[in-house]
Amino acid sequence: MFESTLEIFSNPDTYQTYWDGTVVTIQMVFLSLLIGGVIAIPLAILRTSKNRWINTPIWTFTYLFRGTPLLVQLYMIYYGVALVEGIQQTFWWVILKEAFYPCLIAFTLNTAAYTTEIFRGTIETTPRGEIEAAKAYGMNWGKRMQRIILPSAFRRAIPAYSNEVIFMLHASAIASTVTIADLLNAGRLIYARYYAPFDGFIFAGIIYLCLTFGILAVFKQLERRMLGHLQPR
Amino acid sequence: MSEDVAALVANDIHKQFGDHKVLKGISMNARKGDVISLIGSSGSGKSTFLRCMNLLEIPTSGDIEVHGETIDFKTDKRGNRRPANMRQVEQMRSRLSMVFQGFNLWSHMTVMQNIIEAPVNVLGISKAEATERAKEHLNRVGLYNRKDYYPAHMSGGQQQRAAIARALAMNPEVMLFDEPTSALDPELVGEVLKVMRGLAEEGRTMIVVTHEMSFAKDVSNHVVYLHEGIIEEQGKPKDVFENPSSNRMQQFLSPKY
Repeated sequence: MFESTLEIFSNPDTYQTYWDGTVVTIQMVFLSLLIGGVIAIPLAILRTSKNRWINTPIWTFTYLFRGTPLLVQLYMIYYGVALVEGIQQTFWWVILKEAFYPCLIAFTLNTAAYTTEIFRGTIETTPRGEIEAAKAYGMNWGKRMQRIILPSAFRRAIPAYSNEVIFMLHASAIASTVTIADLLNAGRLIYARYYAPFDGFIFAGIIYLCLTFGILAVFKQLERRMLGHLQPR
Repeated sequence: MSEDVAALVANDIHKQFGDHKVLKGISMNARKGDVISLIGSSGSGKSTFLRCMNLLEIPTSGDIEVHGETIDFKTDKRGNRRPANMRQVEQMRSRLSMVFQGFNLWSHMTVMQNIIEAPVNVLGISKAEATERAKEHLNRVGLYNRKDYYPAHMSGGQQQRAAIARALAMNPEVMLFDEPTSALDPELVGEVLKVMRGLAEEGRTMIVVTHEMSFAKDVSNHVVYLHEGIIEEQGKPKDVFENPSSNRMQQFLSPKY
């Protein structure tokens, strides 16, 4: 048994396989978090609107995407969209026929939904008095949002958002079900190549674990620097 | 600007929450340099009245006039009274500054950032100049060595002094104080009152809602006693405190235990 392990990990191809998979996973997670985060900011602000014509559609979006499994969303976009009448003749098909893009779209929408709700929560819990002070000092709605509410809300969102980032990293493993050569897929390749499920998947798992710790370390620093104002000293 | 233009005038202010009438016609005229104390028991409407003056509460009827400029109102679709022009209100607010009972410093900013925030982002003063002036105000309230602290890392008295420095930084025409010492531990009240007394001696125009009778008596030049939404008694502190004409005022002043 150990001889096969030795054989697997003395072959440089093994590392190349894992490296390629890791790069794809990081790319996908990073891009979906980036785009999803950018989408989530205006959505969260609109979600806190008192006008129900504005907040209900966003509520619907976040509940649909948070209330259904990501895998279902991925299948809908990957398999479902391809069957939409006429879509294969449009410009969109260039994007959608690659597995990467449907996957990115599903991940982005999913993380946007969760992030919207995280931001909404912290926007709504901005201390009343601080908003009142901003009003009393002559700030209009835009200034209050830009200078007081959002900076305060984003900082308080960091702990919950770090969970979302780790969640997305782990959830991204389902990309391998739609032929994407991500990190889990690398594990599967090694398994298939050597018939060594333990070695193949454990090593993939170790890389996920390292990435998770890396994310945690970054957020710990971020919390220390950005949330110092709320911590006792 | 002529001397007799009042800094802040409130004219026949009524305020109603649902069926509950909190203010039933209150007028006040603050000239430059006045220090007016608003006193009265809880629920008498004094805080609401103060908040009407910078339109944190919209008066159900009545007018507010800042330095001769009357705030315009309109009635919205639901029949609620609203400021006709938020710009006007924002501009007016930037000329008054408020000190709150709960301090309400912006918690994600240091003391220095709190102080320069509105001067830079509302008045449009350069950051360098605002910082320079902030140093003065911080020295004034004795907090220069705390300038890089976050509000949560200071005592209540320090936070309130920082809030006063923030108010001073706007170079306001009138300063509004909403029970500035009510949330403080007794031993911290003194440091805040001392700063306020200094401001009064400087000739700042101040309107102060307070439970500190000694402050009302010694520092202000005009005392207004509110009871159930009307002005029950007002005048020079000496007269009001030593010769109250209304029974209620006498009761209010008499020791309760």
